[in-house]
Amino acid sequence: MSEVTLIINDEEVKAEEGMTILEAARSVGIDIPTLCYHEKLAPYGACRLCMVEIVRGRGSSLVTSCVYTVEDGLVVKTESEPVIKGRKMLLELMWARAPGITALRHYGIRYGITEVKAIREYGVIVDRATAKFEIEPTFCTLCGLCVRYCAEVEKKNAIGFVGRGTEREVVFFPQIARKWCPGCQECYSLCPTGALPSHYALAEAHHST
Amino acid sequence: MPRLNSATDLERFRREILAKRDGTRTVSVTNGTDGRTRGSQNVVRAFVEEIERQGLREKVEVKSAGCHGFCEKEPIAIILPDEICYVGVKPEDVPEIVSQTLANSKIIERLLYEDPTTGQRITKETDIPFYKYQNRTVLGNNRFIDMESIDDYIAIGGYSALAKALFEMTPEQVLQEVKKANLRGRGGGGFPAGIKWETTRNAPGEIKYVIVNADEGDPGAYMDRSLLEGNPRSVLEGLLIGAHTIGSHQGVIYVRQEYPLAVENLSIALEQAREYGLLGTNILGSGFDFDVEVHRGAGAFVSGEESGLMRAIEGRVGEPRPRYVYPAVRGLWGMPTNINNVETWATVPLIINKGAEWFTSIGTERSKGTKLFSLVGKVNNTGLVEVPMGMTLRDVIFDIGGGIPGGKKFKAVQTGGPSGGVIPESLLDTPVDFDELTKLGSIMGSGGMIVMDEDTCVVDVARYFFNFLAGESCGKCLPCREGIYQMLKILNRICSGEGEVGDVELLEEIAEVVRDFSLCALGGTAPNPVLSTIRYFRDEYEAHIREKRCPAGVCKALISYYIEPEKCQACLICLRECPVGTITGGKNLIHIIDQDKCTKCGTCLEVCPPRFGAITRLSGVKVPEPVLQGTEVIRKRGRKK
Repeated sequence: MSEVTLIINDEEVKAEEGMTILEAARSVGIDIPTLCYHEKLAPYGACRLCMVEIVRGRGSSLVTSCVYTVEDGLVVKTESEPVIKGRKMLLELMWARAPGITALRHYGIRYGITEVKAIREYGVIVDRATAKFEIEPTFCTLCGLCVRYCAEVEKKNAIGFVGRGTEREVVFFPQIARKWCPGCQECYSLCPTGALPSHYALAEAHHST
Repeated sequence: MPRLNSATDLERFRREILAKRDGTRTVSVTNGTDGRTRGSQNVVRAFVEEIERQGLREKVEVKSAGCHGFCEKEPIAIILPDEICYVGVKPEDVPEIVSQTLANSKIIERLLYEDPTTGQRITKETDIPFYKYQNRTVLGNNRFIDMESIDDYIAIGGYSALAKALFEMTPEQVLQEVKKANLRGRGGGGFPAGIKWETTRNAPGEIKYVIVNADEGDPGAYMDRSLLEGNPRSVLEGLLIGAHTIGSHQGVIYVRQEYPLAVENLSIALEQAREYGLLGTNILGSGFDFDVEVHRGAGAFVSGEESGLMRAIEGRVGEPRPRYVYPAVRGLWGMPTNINNVETWATVPLIINKGAEWFTSIGTERSKGTKLFSLVGKVNNTGLVEVPMGMTLRDVIFDIGGGIPGGKKFKAVQTGGPSGGVIPESLLDTPVDFDELTKLGSIMGSGGMIVMDEDTCVVDVARYFFNFLAGESCGKCLPCREGIYQMLKILNRICSGEGEVGDVELLEEIAEVVRDFSLCALGGTAPNPVLSTIRYFRDEYEAHIREKRCPAGVCKALISYYIEPEKCQACLICLRECPVGTITGGKNLIHIIDQDKCTKCGTCLEVCPPRFGAITRLSGVKVPEPVLQGTEVIRKRGRKK
């Protein structure tokens, strides 16, 4: 493996060829926010929070840092203005759907997003006095860590996605889950929001009735 | 049928077919999916029976051809070689056509196309204005070919480009020709096909794949369907030439499940090609092996995105995956893969046969050749049109499309399918090509063109497309899933009169992030309908939000119907026709609409006799207080009922 040198936020960083920008940045302590990244799993590129700006000649473009591999002389900006603008919006959009998730609160503080602003502007809650929701708030960010862990590491596919668009959700497939899940439950600790155990409990309850 | 084992075999076979057909007449009936909805199958059957009955079987051949564009007037019967064109043919007309035209060369006036502006009857298909301004190099052959006949395709020179590519040219030369022609991907991206081919050819890997992307998902677009139904062999021939150039021995045609006739005709074409030695091992005796399978897509819009499509072929959920390596290097099953759209593949044989110079003589500087569009919406002649790149939107809509029906005014045209942009009248003289449309904030897309007249509300249009996109977003990446949903909510709010000041800015803010941060092209182009309508029709958004007025009178929450008491003649028509019975009044009593119960269907406005014109559609103003119930009508003088 040969070594390449790239510049991240004006800092010279040495990285191994084949590494992603995200890995190179984290190796020197530069934190790029992520929701769907995990070092054991293949890059998924779904949360889009890790998008960074790369500068090429006079132009620049936004790339997914968990997928984009390092190149010699690459100039990366992880906290440039368009990046921050986008991240704020992404956090707000996710927040409107899944308020009260620790990971979001953590990044929310970092990027100065308050709960009030997010909910006011997108109005998931129709009537705050009666807390009537147009769509049910969720604890799941659809990062897919559980789904991918089960497929890639455990190779069981006991859990998967169903539905499209905003109707997408994580489900346990009872036929497979009842065989493997009681003895595994590795995905529980992966879930960044703690939503998963309740999903499983629901699936189990549903299956036994 | 024996196998064709060389280029000479193919040419000899072609001459045999032509010799057999010498002196015969052909009647070609459009019998694609769109023709069938208008009963073309019965017309074809009637022709076969009638020709048999009148003893003309030896002299006349009936072809069941694919759609060649003018869907509005189908079923169309063209009599060749005279090119007499009868439109809107019914089974009852068939005996007359057979006895008069086919047997005695007499033309039946009443079945000819009538020019709506001049009232003139036009005999030849190519003289009809709809066709006259077109340049039908790709789609034009549909009318000469029976959908199920390989012999018809060979008769018009089919597979000769393949023979040329196999025997007279080296793969390198073919590649140079395609590159020189600057053939850009017709599926919407506009990426040069030659460069894609070269990358795939040079990519390391024993196995390489070629794919036809026939997952045409845009609402109202059916260019690829008509090509696959009417002339599937041209797509196959292009694919064979591409595969030979790239060094691929396996291809996949990904067709959507919703196109049963295309799948059927394609399967017939493949089977026949195998029989004739044009597909399989040792193609035309050249030693080149190639086979192809048809994969039927299960109907997700996002599967048309190439990384999603390849995942779907692999048997997984058709979701895009993040990539900075082109499929040309790592695609299907991790192998170098070249994927092109139906129309792109169908153009390849033409380039090989006629040369890159011919191809580059058509079109604009950076977009060459012709492009198929599906011209739909509020336009007189709807159908598929094939025009040289660079023709202006005005020419397409007014010369070919024949303008706007009902004397209405043109308002805007939406190009490029659901994620395309809306272009206003002031920019109608823009030449249509990949780069010009992008500059206007729209896209070429696969070639949808939806014309809108003055009765269209652009906010409502944007909302319609967002409704579609929200349902088709796969939900994998955050900005596309949540962003489109929130934008749709804001649009719904605006259309229902609950828009707030600042909503337009908020829409723009979300749109930019969805565009720049999404994983695939669906999210990347999705904001176009909103961004382009805001760009060109910001005042309409503002009218919805600030004045609670829908300028086009479309958004139901913002309009009301009102009967002007001084004009109402108490004729009882609207009262009877109102589907929800909200109109009160009676004989000699002024009619009144109960605004609380009215569903705003507009029936009353339609049925009110124009000589009264008592009903108006109000928007943005308060509905006047109704007159006292039971007020008698003030009759127009001299009129007694």
